[in-house]
Amino acid sequence: MTDVYIVGVGIHPFGRTDGLSGLQQGAYAVRQALSDAGLDWNDMQFGFGGSDASGNADAIVNELGLTGLPIINVKNGCATGGSAMIGTWQGIASGQYDVGVALGFDKHPRGAFNAMPAEYSLPDWYGEVGMMVTTQFFAMKLQRYMAAHGISSTTLGRVAEKAFQNAVHADHAWRRAPVDIDTILNSQMINDPLTKYMFCSPGEGGVALILANEKKARELGRTAVRIKAAAVRTRPPGSFEVFAPCIDIARGGAPTLLASKAAFEMAGLGPSDIDVAQLQDTESGAEIMHMAENGFCADGEQEKWLAEGWTRIGGKLPVNTDGGCLACGEPIGASGLRQVYENVIQLRGLGGGRQVPGDPKTAYSHVYGAPGISGVTILQR
Amino acid sequence: MIAIAEGLFTEGAQPRLIGGRHGETGRLVFPCPAGDPRYTPEPLPPRGTVWSWTIQRFRPKSPPYTGPEAFQPFAIAYVELPGAVIVEGPMVNIAFDAIEIGMEVETVIVPHATDAQGRTVTSYAFTPVTGSSGHD
Repeated sequence: MTDVYIVGVGIHPFGRTDGLSGLQQGAYAVRQALSDAGLDWNDMQFGFGGSDASGNADAIVNELGLTGLPIINVKNGCATGGSAMIGTWQGIASGQYDVGVALGFDKHPRGAFNAMPAEYSLPDWYGEVGMMVTTQFFAMKLQRYMAAHGISSTTLGRVAEKAFQNAVHADHAWRRAPVDIDTILNSQMINDPLTKYMFCSPGEGGVALILANEKKARELGRTAVRIKAAAVRTRPPGSFEVFAPCIDIARGGAPTLLASKAAFEMAGLGPSDIDVAQLQDTESGAEIMHMAENGFCADGEQEKWLAEGWTRIGGKLPVNTDGGCLACGEPIGASGLRQVYENVIQLRGLGGGRQVPGDPKTAYSHVYGAPGISGVTILQR
Repeated sequence: MIAIAEGLFTEGAQPRLIGGRHGETGRLVFPCPAGDPRYTPEPLPPRGTVWSWTIQRFRPKSPPYTGPEAFQPFAIAYVELPGAVIVEGPMVNIAFDAIEIGMEVETVIVPHATDAQGRTVTSYAFTPVTGSSGHD
């Protein structure tokens, strides 16, 4: 396996962009990534890409040029972007290609995701009684976790406060105004214990990464950021996932535990080696639980971590430096690649007002989604 | 009156949910997967304890939700039915601020909606155990 480098990154700002389709936002991101790498669309030998709700990624050739390149469409829930990157990485690491593109984009209607039971092999009654609601799952996983490990509502509020604070300095973020913790804690309750400001919203956006082997990266003068590990895992027995009419009394693992372990082993690194992390934060509690599931702290220690500001920019492990899903929203196909984009910006030292100090060398990203899937990448400079 | 689905629960003085036991692994699930010969229907314990909970504060999207247009927030819980499985369902007849993990609840059958023919559609829910005895 040959080393693979991220030689170009591009992003279409997240949020709402009337008049541009999801695919067009993806094309915008690809053009920016190509420009960043100093390459043309003609140079792309292959690609992997996907969206959840905005169609097939291979239609991007209509926007960018009919060069005949192979593009494989990925549809992997919240791990769509991560899976696209893994496909591209493997294509280059195997020696088959020198350079290729990973892209993800999406454009969702306003409001909570509208899932239908049959799409998840569930009986109709499950949706009819009002349980086909993703936010209920997040709330109930969190409610149990908070009771078991002594996590307070204030800590949930601190996560959201940090997200909006960081996003002030992120051009691509959606919600870029600071929100104080009292407003967060006292905003409308959505699913107890989570208030309106503690949830991310479905949104729009596109991200593209250009990956290359070492020879190509050297030609481009872009050898700064290398992919040390990328892993996607599905759920193990006894995990607790969204849309579950029942769960086993004997509790088991979680897909994040598997993906995190695999990625750390692949990279030859451990949690204490990581300088900056982007962790799936579809709601405040998800960031809290994912801090522990990814091995950065023990269950319950988050209470102290947040109180001490250890996950802020300048803390011992800055988390979600661009505001994460809470401030950027969640276009499903693009969200995982946004995390990698942000990590590349941090490793290049181009974060501006949100730049992690101390010259970060390692960066970690983590996605989690339905129906029990997780993807982790580790980058190194 | 019509049940929201066939084979979901038994009615009577002490209603029970109907799970399904896998013939080879012995794993118990709810609901019993329809038309899957590997699973045998098995009534679940009627009482259990709250494993986790939340309040549904906004009206779920329709479809698939068929509850009343005039939405009232409702409680949802995962309930551990001892020795069986942890089951998700609505909670009724309880003040939201009285819900606690570990509290004892029992299975009840409640009206959910009125269908196009004007029939009352019933479904299951959990409600606090009020009796002083833990026995059936």
